[in-house]
Amino acid sequence: MLYLKAFLFSGLVCLICQVVLDNTKLTPGHITSSVTVIGALLSFFGIYDKIVAWCGAGATVLISNFGHMLYSSALAGYEEAGALGIFQNMLSNSGVAIVSVVVFSFVFTLIFKAKD
Amino acid sequence: MSKDEYQKLVKEMSPKEPKLRNALVAFLVGGSVGFLGEVIVNILMNSFGLARVDSYAWLAFILILLATFMTAIGKFDNLVSKAKCGLIIPTTGFAHSIQSAALDYKKDGLVTGIGANVFKLAGSVILYGIVSAFLLVLLKVVLYG
Repeated sequence: MLYLKAFLFSGLVCLICQVVLDNTKLTPGHITSSVTVIGALLSFFGIYDKIVAWCGAGATVLISNFGHMLYSSALAGYEEAGALGIFQNMLSNSGVAIVSVVVFSFVFTLIFKAKD
Repeated sequence: MSKDEYQKLVKEMSPKEPKLRNALVAFLVGGSVGFLGEVIVNILMNSFGLARVDSYAWLAFILILLATFMTAIGKFDNLVSKAKCGLIIPTTGFAHSIQSAALDYKKDGLVTGIGANVFKLAGSVILYGIVSAFLLVLLKVVLYG
C-alpha cells in the first residue's frame, strides 16, 4: 500500500509542476526553487513529517524534501544549542545530498566529456 | 501583413506543446521514481538492517549517484527532456543540473570553468532553501519560543 501511495504522491507533485511549467513562463529553475521553499513551509506547519509518514519515499525523493530537511535540522539545532545551533545544524541532514552531488559530479566531470 | 496577423501566423506555425501528454508522462515517471524509492528503502531496511530515516538518506545518495553517472555518460539529458518534471522535481533533477553544468564548463578550466559554474542552476535551490528555512526557524522561535 505504501508503494502505491509513494507512486501517487510523487507522481501528483510532478504532474502539478509539469502543468505549471507548461502554462506559465516559469523555468524549471523557478519551479524547483519554489518546490524547495514549499517543502520548508510544509515542514514549518508540521505537515511534511505527516506526508513522509503517509507515503514514505514518495515524499523523500522530491526536492521539497531538501527544504524540509533544512528546516527540521535547523530547528533541531536551535532546540539543542540555541541560536548558534541553527547555523551549526542546518546542513546536517541535507549534507548527504550536497556533499555526494559535489563529489560525484567533480569526479565524473574529470573522467567524462560533455556530449553535444 | 499587419503585426497582429503575423503574430497569429507565428502562433499557428510554432509547434504545440503536447500539454496533456507531458503531464501524464511527468505523473508516470515521477510516480515511478517515488515507487522505486520506496522499493529501495525497503531493501535497505530489510537486507541491511538500516533504520527508515537512514534509508532515506542512502536513497538520496543512490539517486544522486545514478543521476550524475547517467548524465556524465550522456544518457540522462534525453530522459529529462522527455520526462521533464518527472525527473526534474525528484532529487535526480538537482543532481542532473549540477553534473551537466560542471561538464558544460569543463573546457573553461578547473576554477573559472567547473568551479565557477557548478552551482549555476542548482544554486538557487540551495540559496532559497537555506534562506527560507532560516527565516521560518526564526519565525517559529519568535512565535513559539
